[in-house]
Amino acid sequence: MTAMNMTMQSGSPGLWTLAWRRLCADRVGIAALAVVAGFLLLVLLSATGLVAGDWEDEVAVNYAPPTFVGADASARALARAQLPRATPPNAFDPLAAELAELKAQVAQTHPPLEKRTTLPFGADKWGHDIVKKTIKGGQTSIVVGLVAALLAVALGTLFGAVSGFYGGWVDDLFNWFYSIFTAIPSILMILTVAAVLQQKGVATIVLILGLTGWTGPYRLMRAEYIKHGAREYVMAANAIGASSWARMFGHILPNVSHVALVQMSILVVGFIKAEVILSFLGFGVPVGTVSWGSMLNEAQNELILGKWWQLAAAAGAMALLVTSFSLFADALRDALDPKIK
Amino acid sequence: MFAYVLRRLWQMLPTMAGVVLLVFFLFNWVGGDPAYLLAGKMADANAIENIRRQLGTDQPYTVQLWIFVKQILTFDFGNAWSTGEPVSHIISSRLGPSLTVLIPLTILETVFGIALALAIAFVRGSLTDRAVMVACTVGMSISILVYIIVFQYVFAYQLGLFPVQGWGNSLGENLLRYALLPIIIGLAVSIAPTLRLYRSFVLDEAGQDYVRTARAKGLSERRIVWVHVLRNAAIPIITHVMANLPALLIGAFLLERFFGIPGIGREVILAVERSDFPVIKAITVYVAVATMVFNLLADLLYQAVDPRVQLK
Repeated sequence: MTAMNMTMQSGSPGLWTLAWRRLCADRVGIAALAVVAGFLLLVLLSATGLVAGDWEDEVAVNYAPPTFVGADASARALARAQLPRATPPNAFDPLAAELAELKAQVAQTHPPLEKRTTLPFGADKWGHDIVKKTIKGGQTSIVVGLVAALLAVALGTLFGAVSGFYGGWVDDLFNWFYSIFTAIPSILMILTVAAVLQQKGVATIVLILGLTGWTGPYRLMRAEYIKHGAREYVMAANAIGASSWARMFGHILPNVSHVALVQMSILVVGFIKAEVILSFLGFGVPVGTVSWGSMLNEAQNELILGKWWQLAAAAGAMALLVTSFSLFADALRDALDPKIK
Repeated sequence: MFAYVLRRLWQMLPTMAGVVLLVFFLFNWVGGDPAYLLAGKMADANAIENIRRQLGTDQPYTVQLWIFVKQILTFDFGNAWSTGEPVSHIISSRLGPSLTVLIPLTILETVFGIALALAIAFVRGSLTDRAVMVACTVGMSISILVYIIVFQYVFAYQLGLFPVQGWGNSLGENLLRYALLPIIIGLAVSIAPTLRLYRSFVLDEAGQDYVRTARAKGLSERRIVWVHVLRNAAIPIITHVMANLPALLIGAFLLERFFGIPGIGREVILAVERSDFPVIKAITVYVAVATMVFNLLADLLYQAVDPRVQLK
């Protein structure tokens, strides 16, 4: 933002202004950005509880079909069966009076709702609204993807900066790390770390994905730092007495941050896919947290019963997000690095 | 040539040592004490002490590391904790089913990928080209899980064209009956990214001077693409195929899990579920070795394809 303001004052447009103009000229890129922004807004609303906060309410009968399909006979029968029925009072119950009082209280605060037979996009096994569940699941998957990508790019940038800037034995050491991590296929690495950690949780997946995914950003950032380390502006910074830390992150980083940004947008897509697979296998989110992966896991069994809506909702939402995110990443790369075609 | 191979093998040693250290660090330090895990819920101190002595985890870390190195050098990783089956037997018996799926899959994927990429590059910039690229982007964004769940449900469960899952005893039966649907799904999943990648390789070559020369001397477009461009685009394609092979061994774990194929990938998932450390350790070390060896093989293949490449 500061870079942008400074270039505004000096008159000639800077890297980010030019990139933004190029991005605006790319209609597909802008459309993809709009979809991604929409998803991020939903995540924000759902995280603050404004949307889908009540997804765990059992508002419909089990497996209520979508409204556009219409309720079938079995759903109506279920709805009748699930209406609260008054049990005849037990004359020998010593707590009958207290129980009646409690029931009256409950009835006052939670009036018995008739369970709905259809929902806009159906219900799952417990009668949760699929639309709300998909939004909540998307929140988990997207947050995991974003935070893990941020961690991976931060690690890759730090390692690449140190490695490319200092060179010598530091470079050798990090290259050795790089060769070790690339000798093991990433999916095996992820599963191995999952086996060792033995803790389920959102933080664990973020750590697993972030700690194993830094190699790609590292390679690119190292090359950029080697290239920029020898440039005149860095030498000038050295001459006026800027410390190596200031040169690395104050002077060079703003000039190479577009590489990190593109890498991050590519990693987010990969990590969302990885999180879905991990959660599907049961190595990901803990029980009680919903993610697109855990939804697909439930949907696998529902499909055999002919209940396709949860599968369609999770798969469709994920496909839409990942498609627009990859298109956006492509547009971002084209806008920030016009040399590559 | 021989000296080159020898030097490359020598250069692998530090990386291999690093992989061993990393695996050791993960399992013996981060993973904590496996004795509690193995002893079960009603363990007494004696039993735990006994298990520690057997595994060597009561020894200092240097001794434990030496035990691990000895295991790698003798190819003897002991027995699996959950089943007691020797780890070497697990790996040798699971490799066959994995390869039954992976070898046809890799061959078909490469052949289809190259053929489609060349055909698409032939009409680059046209509506067909753009439509195929959009279809690829959309196809890539659908999770592999959705492909497997839907294909298995529709083709195996609903239409009954293939067995839903299972594995036989003879190679012919496995290949023609059980491996068919997994291979088709693998193709459907991998063709989009492969096509996009190979298309970029082909387009990198299409603008070169030798292509213009070939056109100028009157060669047919067909011959230019299939003979001249293909041979030059082969190098990045070989890198891609060779680098992906060891990863595929693990990467096919979802196919193996869904279709009940007793392969390496499914074994990894089972081992992670059961915290069966010896199995994961052994597979990680072997796959790392395979990755490095296949990288070397790719470099050797370059020279066979492109005589300009000098291996020094």
